[in-house]
Amino acid sequence: MSQDKSTDTVGMSFLDSTPRKLVRVYLPLCLFLFVLLFPFYWMGITAFKPNNELLSRDGNPFWIVAPTLAHVKKLLFDTAYPQWMWNTVLVSVVSTFFSLAASVLAAYAIERLRFSGARHVGLAIFLAYLVPPSILFIPLASVVFQLGLFDTRLALILTYPTFLIPFCTWLLMGYFRSIPFELEECALIDGATRWQILVKIVLPLAVPGLISAGIFAFTLSWNEFIYALTFVSSSEIKTLPVGVVTELVEGDVYHWGSLMAGALFGSLPVAFIYSFFVEYYVSGMTGSVKE
Amino acid sequence: MLEKLQNSRNALGLIFMLPAAVLLLLFLTYPLGLGVWLGFTDAKVGRPGEWIGIENYVFLATDSVTQLALFNTLFYTTIASVAKFFLGLWLALLLNKNIRFKSFFRAVILLPYIVPTALSAIAFWWLFDAQFSIISWVLVKMGVIDKYIDFLGSPWNARFSVIAANVWRGVPFVAITLLAGLQTISPSYYEASAIDGATPWQQFRHVTLPLLTPIIAVVMTFSVLFTFTDFQLIYVITRGGPLNATHLMATLSFQRAISGGALGEGAAISIAMVPFLLAAIMFSYFGLQRRAWQQGGADK
Repeated sequence: MSQDKSTDTVGMSFLDSTPRKLVRVYLPLCLFLFVLLFPFYWMGITAFKPNNELLSRDGNPFWIVAPTLAHVKKLLFDTAYPQWMWNTVLVSVVSTFFSLAASVLAAYAIERLRFSGARHVGLAIFLAYLVPPSILFIPLASVVFQLGLFDTRLALILTYPTFLIPFCTWLLMGYFRSIPFELEECALIDGATRWQILVKIVLPLAVPGLISAGIFAFTLSWNEFIYALTFVSSSEIKTLPVGVVTELVEGDVYHWGSLMAGALFGSLPVAFIYSFFVEYYVSGMTGSVKE
Repeated sequence: MLEKLQNSRNALGLIFMLPAAVLLLLFLTYPLGLGVWLGFTDAKVGRPGEWIGIENYVFLATDSVTQLALFNTLFYTTIASVAKFFLGLWLALLLNKNIRFKSFFRAVILLPYIVPTALSAIAFWWLFDAQFSIISWVLVKMGVIDKYIDFLGSPWNARFSVIAANVWRGVPFVAITLLAGLQTISPSYYEASAIDGATPWQQFRHVTLPLLTPIIAVVMTFSVLFTFTDFQLIYVITRGGPLNATHLMATLSFQRAISGGALGEGAAISIAMVPFLLAAIMFSYFGLQRRAWQQGGADK
């Protein structure tokens, strides 16, 4: 689905008078925006608010009188937060890279080599995409245990592709389909091998698709929770979402400041990457539900 | 030999499929089968189970916590999906209008969807805090309520609170995908119907909705699928409490299998979700697909 096809109903918009549009379009839109973004504002403001302000019911809670870095300092020096961050980066990058490589080959084989049974394999890939991790994690935990991978980063690197490969393959199949056959036929006549065609013709043309799939896969692995919660138990191996949820909550006293700081800094990297690749991300998301 | 291999589609196809196939067979297909098997055994953590037939399922069918979890899951999925659909469609229609800063709005609105759910769930946990909730603070200051709301303390409050968090996270996905669908509808349909005297509601009902039905079917299938199997939000915000009022099938299976060590029983709960998922997929996919076909849409 091409996002840049700007087919607004511009032709009819003269019928809307400005005050009416203000009430019927901008007002609800701003309400949506407020509700969707408020939790982030609240995360940010709590992360830098001193404890006495957090726990007082007087004054204006929407602002900070005396901002503090104490929560951030506690997070960085008194917990394994930097280690969790590093684990998440490592696991996400490696599993995204491998899934992307495997998906490129699989998508090309299904879409372009058209080996016998390719259609069925394509359907199987789609069905694999529909298998939710929360159904799979119990038997998968048993497999991970049998392979002796329990409590290692490798367990996560090997299991994340179970949802990354179906997604990336499905997305890339759509992109490969849009590349004209004629280009490949010309190359075949000129004596190129299939491998050369894939590397020199198809991949350069599918770069937007590769970026979409890569960004999306990276975000999916960064956000993954249930596998990381189940397959890992040592603090120094935990990923960021699991570490924050399981280790920063101590007893009955919740350290809201450092919890929110942890949530904020764990969200920022994906938000940052997303801000550079919004279009690719959106086309990946809408492409994945297409067909 | 190498020459022949490079030109054989089947051989080359097999080689290209190999990395993906090995990983998926080992870590997806095999565990899926293993899960079905475990559901029929009394396996515990660190002890391979014995075949006990449908004993797990018989026990679960009479277990009041499981019954409650099933009710919660159905309730959670229904309310959250309906809310996500209407709010998402509304947001998509607003974004499809000729507005300023459109790409900015579209980019920012997706933020709840892209940040880690476990982390935004912590923010909701803090927003729903019994003593320091900002929502209660505002409502008290406005004079709407005189006592702080115990969002997560009573069963029905807790249910609606986690549903609100789920809707917050899911609306952007529904809205942006439906927006992509709306943008493919040609403006000439709207012009033609306006000339014929159609009101905005009639345009929506007879132009927008029929043309959007196929993509609604797919988006809602995905939405129902992921809401039904939700785990993170509940695990972080309530852990299934109070009094198991927010336990979903997924969180209950985690509690029984991983925390409690009863792998077989937990696996049986997971497998029990499959028929419901299939029914949901069949209903939303084929039900809405058929309507698309009746209206002359392409048969997929």
